[in-house]
Amino acid sequence: MTVLDRRSNRLGVWGWLGGGRWGMERYAYILHRITGLAILLYLLLHIVVTSFRVEGIYLWTGNGFLHSPVFEMGEYLVFAAFAYHACNGLRLVLVELGVAVGKPTEPVFPYKTSLNVQRPLLIGMMFLALILVAMGAYAELIG
Amino acid sequence: MQRTDESMRTVTFHVSRYQPEGKRGAYVEAYDVPVHEGMTVLEGLHYIKDNLDSTLVWRYSCRMGVCGSCGMLVNGRPRLACTTQILHVAGGHLAVGPLPNFEIIRDLVPDLTSMFEKHVSIQPHILRKNEEEVNSTEGEFYQSPEQLEQYLQFAYCIKCGCCMAACPTMATDARYLGPMPLTAAQRYNADTRDDGRQERNLQTGSPAGVFRCHYGGECSRVCPKGVDPAKALQLLKRRLVLDALHLFRKKEPCRKLEGSGSGEVLPNIAAAPAHTVQCSGQS
Ligand code: HEM
Ligand code: SF4
Ligand code: SF4
Ligand code: FES
Repeated sequence: MTVLDRRSNRLGVWGWLGGGRWGMERYAYILHRITGLAILLYLLLHIVVTSFRVEGIYLWTGNGFLHSPVFEMGEYLVFAAFAYHACNGLRLVLVELGVAVGKPTEPVFPYKTSLNVQRPLLIGMMFLALILVAMGAYAELIG
Repeated sequence: MQRTDESMRTVTFHVSRYQPEGKRGAYVEAYDVPVHEGMTVLEGLHYIKDNLDSTLVWRYSCRMGVCGSCGMLVNGRPRLACTTQILHVAGGHLAVGPLPNFEIIRDLVPDLTSMFEKHVSIQPHILRKNEEEVNSTEGEFYQSPEQLEQYLQFAYCIKCGCCMAACPTMATDARYLGPMPLTAAQRYNADTRDDGRQERNLQTGSPAGVFRCHYGGECSRVCPKGVDPAKALQLLKRRLVLDALHLFRKKEPCRKLEGSGSGEVLPNIAAAPAHTVQCSGQS
């Protein structure tokens, strides 16, 4: 018997993003991953920069690069990423512990799913993240 | 079933093709299909095969959303071809492709073997310590409507693979068990007759198991039967966490009631008909 070649149809990393016709939770998922990796990168940089202190180099004093507007903007983005990641992370903790997804029910068309059950939590958390980001911007501007 | 009334519209089907014996790889072929209201994507494919191109291949059986054979990517979303009306999802154009995250055998036919192997691996059947009790035809297991409700939704799954095709984790991780098999695991774990959760935990809590799910929710969004796999998976995670912390109070699986029970038959209920099949142990 000849075995014919199969064609792999696995989407790869593009599959994380979806085709642009996906729901809110999919975008929350991909943003959570990006912000998680971004603050991880920041943490590593932070360790490198502060470790120079051992050599007696204090990069954050004076008027060096760390106080340039570009870097301050970068710091603000890290804060915004953290605000989003933390708020969405709290929602995920609740959802993934099965607290905010509702009970199993008989499916009746048009189907309502756990996505509908946890949606108010998602919206509330995004609202909270927005407030934190706005407060950060205010502090940055007057500070 | 050809009609020529005014409501007919032409929709161009852009169908993904693949022939393993050819050297071309995957390519897209366009077909103009006259469409009437209520016509399904499956009927559109039949029109193409009957009138335009007899070499087009896809898989289907029940043509009414029951068998789970006809899952495919319709305008970028995994759907059943037989329960999707063309005019509900398309203007002048409709893209039809095979389900992502599977190997493609030909044209629109995915090889679902990988999914079924994972399904078998979570032991999708009632597990009890006492084999004899399960295999004997005598007596019955008692289950209340409330207990039935704990798993009934997850039992509606038709194994179409749409959720597996939509899942972002499946897109990069071939080992991930995936929403369909894990939903089946929760379906049996939540069944009061079952005593196999600890055994399944080894599979569902493994590195290829349910903690690979990040609640993107796509599986629940595309499921054609309202099974809500994302819900099943989060409930599964909950039990795994509680089991790991030894926080769940121990529950025995429901007992088997021997004989015909002690309930009284209400006066207005007719007597049961005589047995048509002789069970072993019955005279
Ligand atoms: C209040 C603070 C935080 C909360 C509540 C939180 C919550 C979470 C949760 C629940 C997940 C798993 C999400 C999922 O299942 O997909 C996660 C993933 C992740 N977090 Fe955090 N996190 C916090 C802070 C941080 C920090 C400070 C970093 C970086 C140093 C970080 C980096 C990451 C990364 C890289 C991932 C993996 C993302 C992925 O796989 O998509 N998180 N976080
Ligand atoms: S859970 Fe839904 S989408 Fe997934 S295989 Fe079952 S019926 Fe299909
Ligand atoms: S909720 Fe989990 S299983 Fe469902 S599509 Fe998202 S990652 Fe996959
Ligand atoms: S043909 Fe059976 S589900 Fe579509």
